[in-house]
Amino acid sequence: MAFSSLNEFFAMGGHAVYVWAAWGVTALLMLVIVWHARQERRQLLNVVKRRARRENAQRNAQPSHAQPLQEPVNSAQKDVHHDA
Amino acid sequence: MHAPQGGLMVAIKATLKRDLTLMLRRRGEVLNPLVFFALVITLFPIGISPDPELLASIAPGLLWVAALLAALLSLDSLFRSDYDDGSLEQLLLAPQPLAALGLAKVAVHWLLTGLPLALMAPLLGIMLSLPAGSYAVLALSLALGTASLSLIGAIGAALTVGLARGGVLLSLLVLPLYIPVLIFGAGAVQAAIFGEGIAAHLAILGALLALALMLAPWAIAASLRISING
Amino acid sequence: MWAFINKLRSPKWFYAISAKLQPLFWVAATLLLLVGTVWGLAFAPADYQQGNSFRIIYVHVPAAFLAQSIFVSMAVSGLVFMVWKIKVADMVATVMAPLGAAMTFVALFSGAVWGVPTWGTWWMWDARLTSMLILLFLYLGVIALRGAFSSRDSGSRAASVLAMVGVINIPIIKYSVDWWYTLHQPATFTITGRAAMTMDMWAPLLIMVLGFYSFFIALTLMRTRSEILRREANKRWVRELAEETN
Repeated sequence: MAFSSLNEFFAMGGHAVYVWAAWGVTALLMLVIVWHARQERRQLLNVVKRRARRENAQRNAQPSHAQPLQEPVNSAQKDVHHDA
Repeated sequence: MHAPQGGLMVAIKATLKRDLTLMLRRRGEVLNPLVFFALVITLFPIGISPDPELLASIAPGLLWVAALLAALLSLDSLFRSDYDDGSLEQLLLAPQPLAALGLAKVAVHWLLTGLPLALMAPLLGIMLSLPAGSYAVLALSLALGTASLSLIGAIGAALTVGLARGGVLLSLLVLPLYIPVLIFGAGAVQAAIFGEGIAAHLAILGALLALALMLAPWAIAASLRISING
Repeated sequence: MWAFINKLRSPKWFYAISAKLQPLFWVAATLLLLVGTVWGLAFAPADYQQGNSFRIIYVHVPAAFLAQSIFVSMAVSGLVFMVWKIKVADMVATVMAPLGAAMTFVALFSGAVWGVPTWGTWWMWDARLTSMLILLFLYLGVIALRGAFSSRDSGSRAASVLAMVGVINIPIIKYSVDWWYTLHQPATFTITGRAAMTMDMWAPLLIMVLGFYSFFIALTLMRTRSEILRREANKRWVRELAEETN
């Protein structure tokens, strides 16, 4: 332990402003980065889910017309079943 | 089957000739960087001080920075008109390697911007009371350095030619890459003023140019392909 | 080797494997950063000349290392993308760029703050700070270029080319800046230039460096997974996956 008391630790031998500013900004930035990444992931998952739900609903409404081109027919039927 | 050996040289010569003719027809575009160079150099004594001693001490850096910016200014038009009229697409379709044809275009660019800037710099050096004995080095270092600048800058110009507002982006891409050339170019002039050896600086400028000559054409070709093929 | 590259072609495979790897790196990053922070801030001895302001080294140096490594990784990913047309490589390069710029900023900020007790000024044209500033501009250029294209594929390829051009220039820039600095400021003291560090000063630094690298890997895996969701949202497996994770 390089410090004999907690006060001394926070004072950093008179360099408190500099040490804590550098560490604080670094920590804050890293936390913001992680928070942003989580937010991004949650949002994208929501978008994908909403799109899946919407397309399933469309398929339920008009099963023969509303299929996207790349979807084979049988898989669309599986989806209908899955949703119900 | 295209002409096997002579084909490349013919194509390079044709590109050189065509670009030279086109550029010489638009004299304004050739003169603009030179006028810009002179103007920027005029601004410094007005903005800082007319004191000859002060000006002499910062002249190498000022001249180099102003020449670098003037060269940058001319980059945007390097591929622009060829892109607009579709002749760049023809260049891509040509059987000769695009890197070689791109190099020919860069050579013309240097001949009509870098070289005139280098020749004009000693004149502006007099106006900044640049110490005697460094004028030849100034011109030489600029002639060598602007060749690297044209090569590196052409990569940026090729990357941004397809973009509507590529101008500002171009300077962001290119200026950081110009820093080594600036350091050794201005360093050469400074060394000449202090009477130190200039061979090392010029050798490094030459090495930078050799490296740029080897690598930049490939990057230019790849960038042109990206810009044209969307 | 080829089997591995072929597997990398599939975002689905990457999505699955990264789900397994990601927690490992998050745990490693958290542990290393916590241990390194406590050790570096409280237990490492103060520098005999700089006193406690020396503790800034434990964020400045790892951030500077990472800033440079990320640019290199970005260029390598760009090369892999250009040569083998592996989409995942481009996604990795996309998500790395902002983190690299952030780390460059951290290195610059901590260096500037460190400058106050050491040089008595917020900014010095110190060799390391100057190259970091140039690196920041290189990052901003890559990010801006990618964003300037309306087609994602063109933007990706342009950013890859620029990252490769940049990575060839980084050592040249670094050496020329070092040379320029020694020429103009021969007597000035560089903040991290001395090797007078004892073992109990080195150990926390090493731990922090490893922690920063783990953080980088964990975050890159996580954000690449998001990027896969973004770009492959139309794919069947992505939708099935979204329904599973309800």
